[in-house]
Amino acid sequence: MWDYIKLAVLGLVVVVAAIAASLARDLPYLVHMLVIMLASAITFFWIIRRVGEPALVENPNEYMDGPIRFGVIATAFWGVVGFLVGVVIAFQLAWPELNFQWAEGYLNFGRLRPLHTSAVIFAFGGNALIASAFYVVQRTSAARLWGGGLSWFVFWGYQVFIVMAATGYVLGSTQGNEYAEPEWLTDLWLTIVWVAFLLVFMGTIIKRREPHIYVANWFYMAFIVTVAMLHIVNNLAIPVSAFGSRSVPVWSGVQSAMIQWWYGHNAVGFFLTAGFLGMMYYFIPKQAERPVYSYKLSIMHFWALIFLYIWAGPHHLHYTALPDWAQTLGMTFSIMLWMPSWGGMINGLMTLSGAWDKLRTDPIIRMMVVAVGFYGMATFEGPMMSIKAVNSLSHYTDWTIGHVHSGALGWNGMITFGMLYYLVPRLWQRERLYSLRLVSWHFWLATIGIVLYAASMWVTGIMEGLMWREVDAQGFLVNSFADTVAAKFPMYVVRGLGGTLFLLGAIIMCYNLWKTVTSTAERSPARAAGAVPAE
Amino acid sequence: METYTWLRAFADSWHLLFMFCFFIGVFIYILRPGASKVHDETANMIFRNDDKPEGDDTGTRKGRHSEPKEAR
Repeated sequence: MWDYIKLAVLGLVVVVAAIAASLARDLPYLVHMLVIMLASAITFFWIIRRVGEPALVENPNEYMDGPIRFGVIATAFWGVVGFLVGVVIAFQLAWPELNFQWAEGYLNFGRLRPLHTSAVIFAFGGNALIASAFYVVQRTSAARLWGGGLSWFVFWGYQVFIVMAATGYVLGSTQGNEYAEPEWLTDLWLTIVWVAFLLVFMGTIIKRREPHIYVANWFYMAFIVTVAMLHIVNNLAIPVSAFGSRSVPVWSGVQSAMIQWWYGHNAVGFFLTAGFLGMMYYFIPKQAERPVYSYKLSIMHFWALIFLYIWAGPHHLHYTALPDWAQTLGMTFSIMLWMPSWGGMINGLMTLSGAWDKLRTDPIIRMMVVAVGFYGMATFEGPMMSIKAVNSLSHYTDWTIGHVHSGALGWNGMITFGMLYYLVPRLWQRERLYSLRLVSWHFWLATIGIVLYAASMWVTGIMEGLMWREVDAQGFLVNSFADTVAAKFPMYVVRGLGGTLFLLGAIIMCYNLWKTVTSTAERSPARAAGAVPAE
Repeated sequence: METYTWLRAFADSWHLLFMFCFFIGVFIYILRPGASKVHDETANMIFRNDDKPEGDDTGTRKGRHSEPKEAR
């Protein structure tokens, strides 16, 4: 019966999407309707081919790892796509000729830049968060995922969101809010998927067979709930037409700016920090095979982080029309945020106390530790840059971009790679990874790539900040904007090189993970680093 | 009174006090006597149930716990 309802709804969606596509007022809307039509049609046929077959028995004594396996594959795939687009736009900035004439309006920097940010944050990071949340909540609740097939809907629904967002960027559908570019139709779809995600997660927590909710789950919950709130408030908009992608935002003026950066900074705080801290608090203790250094500190970390982060957004609007008191408030809370951040970093690092030797033998733990190190570095740099006097130099310069990338590549990227290396052998029941030597290669390529990236952006950012404010004896500005652009060229090339190394490392990871799954049992893996005792 | 004015006054006074007390209360609760046992136990929870969920038949699940990896 339930199957027939699903079929009826999907059939209806296909027809409505086809009609809407024929009435489309603009190209992005047309493409989005075709995406919806195609996705519904595929699901329709997938279900109808299985009608009448005996229903799959849900075994409550097994974990539901299917969506997690798919999530791991999607994470690796979107990671490589996102890094590749990042490398392309880095070189587009160095050599503007790479904004090809034939691709103008589709693949120029302005179109690819949101594609890159969303691909790495929401596609790579989002899939990593969903997959790891499903893995961690099951293991720490000792219960199968709640909601039957709902977790499959979350996975595939999220991929449809990614495809809609990505096609929208390339075709120019944007509401112009950084990290919240997708228009109303895509936003609505994400809201539905996100509510399903929340239901699966909370349902599993509620039916848990452990007396306590492990701290990682608190971080995941804060991430899911807060992102839902931020997404809805920042995307309040009224569509111009039901058959067009354009919409008119509800917020205007300085309120709009404030809400955008309340959203934007908490996307960093709750998507890229709280969610990934959930990963840290599970995967580092598991890989190190010892409990977290201080469980008390981890709870304090949680409450302090969520209490402080939510106020830090105004530091994105220093020296703007935002009232001074709001700017100072944002700055003050950003500086206070340093404390819980470093508390968390110390907690993650000290988990290895008494097991530091693992750093020599286990490249996965090395990756995770470097991730926590970058978390500490980025959460020191961020509060410092939020100080108004520092911000007057750093704002609008490449220093900001360097800061973001030491957090994103160093913290989010490295902890996700560590998680993938941890998960793949377990999810596919493999004895071990194909090659630890390749993990080491990945580690060094990624680390050197990040160092090149961050260092070049510090140099170019501080340089252009100083050039912009340089005045001569008469009080005239010394440099034109174009002078700073010309001066930045060498650093832009180095940055692109750093990104290339990081991408190369990720490709090596994909090969390693692929071989881990496909290599046969009799294969003797190169496990030298793991098996040989530290000399 | 204007909605903005009273909401602003409320946010600046009672709600601020509430959030401050809640925050301090959380810290006091974390440091309460006897919490360490619970926290040690919870911190070590991740080392069990790795392969399959806790079965229904083990009625003594709350009393049966893996040994902590390291005594602190």
